[in-house]
Amino acid sequence: MPKKNGKIKITMRVNGGEHCAEVWPMARLLDVLREELHLTGTKEGCGEGECGACAVLLDSELVNSCLLPASQADGASITTIEGVAHGEELHAVQRAFLEHGGAQCGICTPGMVLAAMNLLAKCPNPTEADIRMGLAGNLCRCTGYMKIFESVIAAYKQKGDR
Amino acid sequence: MHADSPLIGQPIPRKEGRDKVTGRARYVDDLVFPAMLHGATVRSPAARGRIRAIHFDETIPWNEFTVVTAKEIPGENCIALILHDQPCLAADAVNHPEEPVVLLAHADKYLLEEARRAVRIEIEPLPAIFTIEDSLAKKEVIWGEDNVFKKFLVEKGDIDSAWTSAEIIVEGEYATGAQEQLYIEPNGMIAVANPRDGVTVWGSMQCPYYVHKALVPLFALPKEKVRVVQTETGGGFGGKEEYPSMIAAHAALLAWKSGKPVKMIYDRAEDMVATTKRHPSRTRHRTGVTRDGKLVAMEIDFAIDGGAYCTLSPVVLSRGTIHAAGPYECPNVRIRSRAVATNTPPHGAFRGFGAPQSIFALERHMDKVAQACGLSPEEFRARNFIRTGGTLAVSQIIHESVDLPRLMERAFALSDYPAKRERFARENPGARVKKGIGFASFMHGAGFTGSGEEFLASVVSVEATAEGRVRVLAASTEIGQGTNTVFTQIAAEALGLDPALVEIAPPDTAAVPNSGPTVASRTTMIVGKLVQSAALGLKQALTAGEFLREEYSQEEFQRACADYIAQRGVLRSTVQYTPPPGIHWDDEKYQGDAYGAYAWAVYVAEVSVDTATFEIRVDDFVAVQEVGRVIHPVLAAGQIEGGVAQAIGYALYENVVWHEGRMVNAQMTNYIMPTSADLPPIRVHFEENPYPFGPGGAKGIGELPMDGPAPAIVNAIENATGASITQIPVTPEVLMEALLEKVPSGE
Repeated sequence: MPKKNGKIKITMRVNGGEHCAEVWPMARLLDVLREELHLTGTKEGCGEGECGACAVLLDSELVNSCLLPASQADGASITTIEGVAHGEELHAVQRAFLEHGGAQCGICTPGMVLAAMNLLAKCPNPTEADIRMGLAGNLCRCTGYMKIFESVIAAYKQKGDR
Repeated sequence: MHADSPLIGQPIPRKEGRDKVTGRARYVDDLVFPAMLHGATVRSPAARGRIRAIHFDETIPWNEFTVVTAKEIPGENCIALILHDQPCLAADAVNHPEEPVVLLAHADKYLLEEARRAVRIEIEPLPAIFTIEDSLAKKEVIWGEDNVFKKFLVEKGDIDSAWTSAEIIVEGEYATGAQEQLYIEPNGMIAVANPRDGVTVWGSMQCPYYVHKALVPLFALPKEKVRVVQTETGGGFGGKEEYPSMIAAHAALLAWKSGKPVKMIYDRAEDMVATTKRHPSRTRHRTGVTRDGKLVAMEIDFAIDGGAYCTLSPVVLSRGTIHAAGPYECPNVRIRSRAVATNTPPHGAFRGFGAPQSIFALERHMDKVAQACGLSPEEFRARNFIRTGGTLAVSQIIHESVDLPRLMERAFALSDYPAKRERFARENPGARVKKGIGFASFMHGAGFTGSGEEFLASVVSVEATAEGRVRVLAASTEIGQGTNTVFTQIAAEALGLDPALVEIAPPDTAAVPNSGPTVASRTTMIVGKLVQSAALGLKQALTAGEFLREEYSQEEFQRACADYIAQRGVLRSTVQYTPPPGIHWDDEKYQGDAYGAYAWAVYVAEVSVDTATFEIRVDDFVAVQEVGRVIHPVLAAGQIEGGVAQAIGYALYENVVWHEGRMVNAQMTNYIMPTSADLPPIRVHFEENPYPFGPGGAKGIGELPMDGPAPAIVNAIENATGASITQIPVTPEVLMEALLEKVPSGE
């Protein structure tokens, strides 16, 4: 983590690619992703870790990037919403959100999709209670969550079919 | 394509859904302009007073900043809406906490924040008022002559003589709190402005032409020199109806002075503390009934807190007033209503727009009246439900077929209401966690009230390209509710085309006509009908010009568009709203056809109440409604589920805590909206009854689900505990007080 003018140089693997950035040590990972890497799919809803719109996967853990100093992301492997689809082919969770009304205004969707992927990675056959708890850190004001639950169920059923 | 509605009623994929699930959708904060500055607002620290001085701390290099005060506004210092009473920037006096006074811009948003904290506004305080009762009592007169922004009087029959025929009279008073819209994308705008090119703003909003209307007098520019473009909008719920005009104005003033693009994004705390919320309300009911439970007189006094400036309060009051007597037939009604001023930030639009407030009071009161008559809530309502041919409080005769008993029957079957009512009565005594089930029956009018749609005179165009693609031009915005998708369905259906051939033009006042604001459950029913008419007009132009036969394939349609454009130029069809036949409204008497159509509903809530911890949980929720024909079942159910979730928050969790007119819990940490772990299954059922003047038979739907849940839940709490709670939100503290009151000490 070499320093320069008070800024530090960090290296992260983001969506499979190596990225270097010079940042203030306490810069939020959210701002580094959005402003330095131009990955604007990660959203800011509250800036205090309540809403989950800024959620990303960091070394396979779901984290709120608004609460994470960029210095802690040095050397980490990060997945943002931009890294979820393979080219034009959507991930099963994205497809399910699209088909089952899981996205309305779309602002919580990037974080919610990553939270759903994280849930299914840790709990491949979730009960309704697992889904409710697994997504409880991501707020959605549009859907009342029902169509998000349906989307998650559809996603794991699709996966099972394959 | 098939003749019989291949698209209406089908869940086609959300038009912009792919961009949303991949993170490609561009919201205002995702846009970066070259040489862009960031903007910030310095706000009033006091609720009311005179501005004595503005101090700029010397530690800040102010010459690097763009600074704007009221003096530098090129035109009129107001945010034009209904009245011109709200300044864009306070000049001499402030009337609420967080009122904007000074604007700052700088390229570095961190330095900008330091500078914002280094401006001190010195205020000579004046006495302020914060409650409806203090405002009505004129404890201080802070607005006009009597603090009253607007009042209405609705009269039906002869209420003064009707009391003599009432065998039972029941009175009650009810109150509802403020509620924050809490769209997950905070408000924001980017402006480019200079005297040569005029003003252009991009941002998160519901109503591009409202922003346009506000910017024209502010900059004293001709209309064509102001352009407003909506970016992808992360939720609105009414909260992006009027306040975006203020933010657009501020960003544009900074851009005008600096000569650079200015981005102004509110953080969550600023959005919560400074922008509009749902109007708090107080309603008094006095109701006369016969011994056999027939309504003979309803006297209703409805008051809402409008905050410091008029903004939309008159129309919020109007909707609340018209819905205050609900879907019941009563021969004698008097509704008096008032919207009053207090020294809080102006309250504004929020889904339901006055109706959730007056319907909460009514549906709680109907349970109370039922009890006084010795009838069950359902039997009492059934005896008074409006029927086809019946007359509402505003003397509107209901010509459409309405069947509330059928909705109630359906809702009770789905929720197992009668059996649960019985079981809970048996099992509750002695139980710590008591269960209850309750319901509300209600209606919601779609579109602007009274002659509102005629005044709006909305316009929609549909045009074709030489490639045979069809583009819908309207200012109606996609804010998550599905405008893009529903308009696509309607246009594709009208023209017999694949929905992939239909495009929705981005709402941009330089490119689309004014189809009116995206509010009032009007987009599908009113604007959608215009989309349908304009699309049919396009087809007619092609057939009348003999470019196309009546029966055609998609390829023939595309060829016809190309031929038409090659020979005649632009192929565009434009239509303007005209009211359905037989609609009459008297603005003076406040009588007549208040709305072209109503959605009707019966909602049932089941709750558990822990009498030791005072926690309340909604265990099950059934929403049965008749909304005309459902155009898109997934979007429609999503609207109801989302609205019910917001209304559960309104009933139980969402408590705006005020101190001297300022929201003190302006954080998601302590203003609590429902999470996925808090909500019950929300079970949605539609009864379909096509409305002849809606596209494909559709009526408005967006606001309806906000109306019923709060009273249904509080009715269920009473069923569980016997406590008659008359205010929302029912926080644990409110419940504790109600339960302790019920049980005399020593018991």
